[in-house]
Amino acid sequence: MENIIEIKSLRKEYDGFTLEDVSFELPYGYIMGLIGPNGAGKTTTIKLIMNLLRRNSGEINVFGKDNLEHEMEIKSRIGFVYDTPTFYEHLNLKQMKSIIAPFYTNWDEAMFQGYIREFELPLKRKIKALSRGMLMKFALAIALSHHAELIIMDEPTSGLDPVFRRELLDILSALIQDEKKSILFSTHVTSDLERIADYITFINKGKVVFSRTRDEILESYGVVKGGKELLREENNGLFAGLREHKYGFEALTPNLQEARRKFKTGAVIEKATLEDIMFYTGKGGGNG
Amino acid sequence: MKIIIANSSPDPIYEQIIKQIKTQIISGELEEGTALPSIRKLAQELNISVITTKRSYEDLEREGFIDTVAGKGSFVAVQNKEFLREKRMKIVEEKLGEAISEARMLGLGIGELKEMLGILYDEEGIDSFPENEKEISNV
Repeated sequence: MENIIEIKSLRKEYDGFTLEDVSFELPYGYIMGLIGPNGAGKTTTIKLIMNLLRRNSGEINVFGKDNLEHEMEIKSRIGFVYDTPTFYEHLNLKQMKSIIAPFYTNWDEAMFQGYIREFELPLKRKIKALSRGMLMKFALAIALSHHAELIIMDEPTSGLDPVFRRELLDILSALIQDEKKSILFSTHVTSDLERIADYITFINKGKVVFSRTRDEILESYGVVKGGKELLREENNGLFAGLREHKYGFEALTPNLQEARRKFKTGAVIEKATLEDIMFYTGKGGGNG
Repeated sequence: MKIIIANSSPDPIYEQIIKQIKTQIISGELEEGTALPSIRKLAQELNISVITTKRSYEDLEREGFIDTVAGKGSFVAVQNKEFLREKRMKIVEEKLGEAISEARMLGLGIGELKEMLGILYDEEGIDSFPENEKEISNV
């Protein structure tokens, strides 16, 4: 399978934070969600792909090309949405669009107008008078209107109401119907991803905990809940992240099958959600 | 074709799809040769991952329920009547197996189990009678 994004051993050092040994691939035609708590390194990773930050070492290939050497070509083929869209406040949407559109050789005005209608955006209103949700929709309309082959979005669903979030998922899954386009987006609203994402990359404290298909992840992880008598040493290897409370414990297991075999009685075993995985991994374990 | 995905189900989504398509093929709701939606179309409609629907179709194909023709899509395979009957028999066996293991946990013997089965089998038959007949036979 050919990859639209390939990242190998990516490293970026800051004061007090290091993104290290980040590697993952996204094939053509699929959706990947980048998850992790705030400050885990999601935005840093995305900015490194977009060359908005200089990497210290590692490789980033987009469309099979180095992202530094072919920066201009690659960027014109990407639809990019920042977590905080920045536009000129005193302009209205129409004026802002007229400034951005010429940068894209493949700008499609009809498509843009279509999204403006679909998203119910007031073209004559000034940027500073728009809500965060509306700004996000405007940024999306722009990202989707120049026939981008890769859509990269940093927290696109934050600030959007649940109704529009669902609609966005529909738009995204329609986009990959041609088997050529791909989507990478970061989010901490994991319920959005739980259904639609094909691949999930989980970053915690600057490192990749896993980068696998959604199905593999949700089939292998589970949450075990039971009495403290089950917290024996022999079971330690089964748990990645644990929360003890007065009357028992809840733990994440990366080995659902094994846990089901081991705790036939005396424990409740449930499927883990991505949120569970993020929560418990933050509570220790970490090596997933 | 009808597919309902339950988030609350302990079964993974790909299995829910497989089960429902199989049931519809076995019951004849989905006839031989019927075209199924493409992997990507189905994923889009159900708002689920393409990898999930792909896996469902691959499993259904491996088990002989559907055929995939490159460039044309997937179709309900020509079903061998014997084969279908065998599949359905297997389902009955599986369900009985589940009942047996539950019964064992309760310590029920084979005699009691057979008796229970007999009663339930008769009742099941009555349920399919029209309402008035059922009342008569209950008297």
